[in-house]
Amino acid sequence: MVNYDQLIFEISKPGRSAYRVAKADVCDKPIESIIPAGLLRETSLELPEVSEPQLVRHYTLLSQKNFGVDTGFYPLGSCTMKYNPKLNEDMAGFSGFAALHPQQKTQQTQGALELMYDLSAMLSEIGGMDAFTLQPAAGAHGELTGLMIMKAYHESRGDQKRTKIIVPDSAHGTNPASANVAGFDIVEIKSTRMGEIDLESLKAALGDDIAGLMLTNPNTLGLFDRNIVEIARLVHEAGGLLYYDGANLNAILGQTRPGDMGFDVVHYNLHKTFSTPHGGGGPGSGPVGVKAFLEPFLPTPVVIKSESSYDLSYDRPLSIGKVKSFYGNFGILVRAYTFILSMGAEGLKRASEMAVLNASYIQEKLKDHYQVFANTKCKHEFVLAGLKGELTQCSTLDVAKRLLDYGYHPPTIYFPLIVPNAIMIEPTESESLETLDDFIDIMIKISEEADTNPEALKQAPTTTPIRRVDEIRAARTPILKWEPTPATSEEA
Amino acid sequence: MFPYIPNTDEDVARMLEALGLDSVEALFSDVPEAVKLNRRLDLCAPLSETEVTKQIKALADQNVSTDSLVCFLGAGAYDHAVPSVIKHLIGRSEFNTAYTPYQPEISQGTLQAIFEYQTMIANLTGMDVANASMYDGASATAEAAMLAAANQKGDTVLIASTVHPETIAVVETYMRFKGIKVVQIGAKDGVMDRDALTAKLNADVVGVVVQQPNFYGIVEDYSGVAEAVHEAKALFIMNVDPIGAALLKTPGEYGADLAVGEGQPLGNGLNYGGPYLGFMASTKKQMRKLPGRIVGQTVDLDGKRAFTLTLQAREQHIRREKATSNICSNQALNALTATIFMSVTGREGLYQMAAETARRAYYGYEKLLATGHFKPAYAQPFFREFALEVNGGADVDSINAHLFENGILGGLNISDDNAQRILFCITEKRTVEEIDRLVEVLEAYPW
Repeated sequence: MVNYDQLIFEISKPGRSAYRVAKADVCDKPIESIIPAGLLRETSLELPEVSEPQLVRHYTLLSQKNFGVDTGFYPLGSCTMKYNPKLNEDMAGFSGFAALHPQQKTQQTQGALELMYDLSAMLSEIGGMDAFTLQPAAGAHGELTGLMIMKAYHESRGDQKRTKIIVPDSAHGTNPASANVAGFDIVEIKSTRMGEIDLESLKAALGDDIAGLMLTNPNTLGLFDRNIVEIARLVHEAGGLLYYDGANLNAILGQTRPGDMGFDVVHYNLHKTFSTPHGGGGPGSGPVGVKAFLEPFLPTPVVIKSESSYDLSYDRPLSIGKVKSFYGNFGILVRAYTFILSMGAEGLKRASEMAVLNASYIQEKLKDHYQVFANTKCKHEFVLAGLKGELTQCSTLDVAKRLLDYGYHPPTIYFPLIVPNAIMIEPTESESLETLDDFIDIMIKISEEADTNPEALKQAPTTTPIRRVDEIRAARTPILKWEPTPATSEEA
Repeated sequence: MFPYIPNTDEDVARMLEALGLDSVEALFSDVPEAVKLNRRLDLCAPLSETEVTKQIKALADQNVSTDSLVCFLGAGAYDHAVPSVIKHLIGRSEFNTAYTPYQPEISQGTLQAIFEYQTMIANLTGMDVANASMYDGASATAEAAMLAAANQKGDTVLIASTVHPETIAVVETYMRFKGIKVVQIGAKDGVMDRDALTAKLNADVVGVVVQQPNFYGIVEDYSGVAEAVHEAKALFIMNVDPIGAALLKTPGEYGADLAVGEGQPLGNGLNYGGPYLGFMASTKKQMRKLPGRIVGQTVDLDGKRAFTLTLQAREQHIRREKATSNICSNQALNALTATIFMSVTGREGLYQMAAETARRAYYGYEKLLATGHFKPAYAQPFFREFALEVNGGADVDSINAHLFENGILGGLNISDDNAQRILFCITEKRTVEEIDRLVEVLEAYPW
């Protein structure tokens, strides 16, 4: 294959174009006679000038420098990189959805509203919640929305003192960041060695200034917090609310539900549990579910159903307002809806069972070869504490980079923060036993290489389009956009 | 048997044996009995691809989309051309099924595309740098206001009342929870009232938000605003349309500190409101305060040019509660769409698309006025959209119903107690025949 390394700007040449704009035989007046010259752009517009075949080859060759779920095993902990069914894409592509304008009257969008209404009901059933908003565009956006709902709830009761959110030190970074954006102060509490909530720390932190607790269960170590009922009781007794970070929902479908555990607010990541593609970083979707007493605070509009039709309700005086324009990442909702219909109740349950089985199996097979942090039953993911042996010359980063040479996407590394040298592995349900066995063999081989041939790890990767990058240089002297240099601009 | 799950019964048995367990249920013995579901989820049984397709197609068919209507509706989502190559390229699963590019060695495709995107957005807006995308134009505007509130002294954000109502609503939500006041700057003749701006600009103001073209499609003259805003030690935030930016004076030329906007018109379909993308660009001075992901150029061990996520010290996974924003996932695939779109149109194509949009909108405007049933709501220059007041007080909803019966999607109803008003939108996709037919059908309305 060609070793392609050009930017689109570098293959640009004046006079080329991949597009023809139809000229209407109307109003051939100069633009200045429609819009006064003083309001028009003066600087020239620097965009590439390329033909269509060049452009298609450029982005095709770029895509080949990427690794996706369709390329290979992607055991990236906490990210649930499961297979993205192709049917989902086709369903979202129906013109009845894809060409629907968000400002159309609801009489013209009944099918879209019905889908949203049904999806909300399904998500409620899956999580044991009473109502959902589909508006948040991603997991962190869902966290922010959920926290705003909690704040609005306390304020609506005249309870202005509750300005703090408890976040365990094992939480995802978005949790404290979202709480801050929602205008809360953060109280960080220590987790136990197993990443579970330390009940004594929790009790000490609870008080009439606490708005609630954010929790991931199973936690970021992949372990189910067995004290969840007691935690919920303590938080509720202190007048706080319980927030469920649904990043790890793939572990519990059909087994247990956040609503039944005592959570008042949840968010899901449809781009994790419900198989919508990650797209290289987005778009995602982060619906937020609540118990009935919080429903009045959901963002507007809410999809409602009357006897004969669906509608959008804006008349909700206690609502937190809008967090996004229109109704959310609708196209992603169609994909998740497709996945739920395809899997059904049995399939979703099976997905969690197999996700947990796959993770447990890898954990079992690797426990003698890597440093074990929590030697206990895991759920859909587990965390290793790096290579064995105090004297190893290789780091967790080296292990991750060596995996690239063997054709795997590395696990999440150095997270959660409470585990030294963390390697967080989440296989999901969509991988075969053969893939798991091959991965296990390679992980064992790498652990051996760390002793016998550490340079192989330190130099890795060597088979990828580029080798390790100079991150420090990138941050110290930021080059964030392409600038023409004399060498490239004299091409014409 | 589930098509997306490879494990066979035999595989499961082998794995359970390795784990020393006798059943799959035993994997969940750590879930306390008190919270176990112990019943089937009340959802449908698994469906075949054919069944799923029929069921969902039936829902799609209940909608009447712009595929079967001639669209004169805008107001935040625009029916511009989407070149065919886009779906073929963004459908490539190496792009589509990848995660955020944390491992640069196997993510150069996504990383380079984002670098190209940042370059194009910076050039389009006339700013120094751009980030890798935000959720949408409204939330990008809110994040820009948050940036101003976090870094400038004061507790008030001013926002022109001519900004899109959905954007104002989202800004208000974000600010309310952060304890920042949002004060609207009133309008005069459809544009921001400069006297009101002057009156409201004081030491408490952290940022001023305006939109170009504004909600009514009007191209406002923002000359001198940046100077006044900077005098008050606040940031000037311009929300701009990306197609209009090819034609109109840029945020950079107006001296804005931050340029944000809704990127949907850059090749993203209407999709009933999303997924779209928000873009955000800034001056060099604000670079290290930008929210979200940013890609930078560097070199690899062999000195070869390479791209990587950079300036991550701003981000939530490093800074946790001290991060500039909580954004994690963004709209990467929509940003890729925008990148490919701008590569397809290129310099000349995007300008022509914008100019042709303006010409056709102007043509439609004059034809509609010539019917005698409308008068301009505001006598101002416009791009793509224009507000008309209905003469004689006929009801806009009823006019739109008449248009709909004739296969036309009319403009947004922006009437108030004083007048019936309609906001028409005409893009380069509307042919002269379609515009003439709009006029004909309107003539036939029982005025």
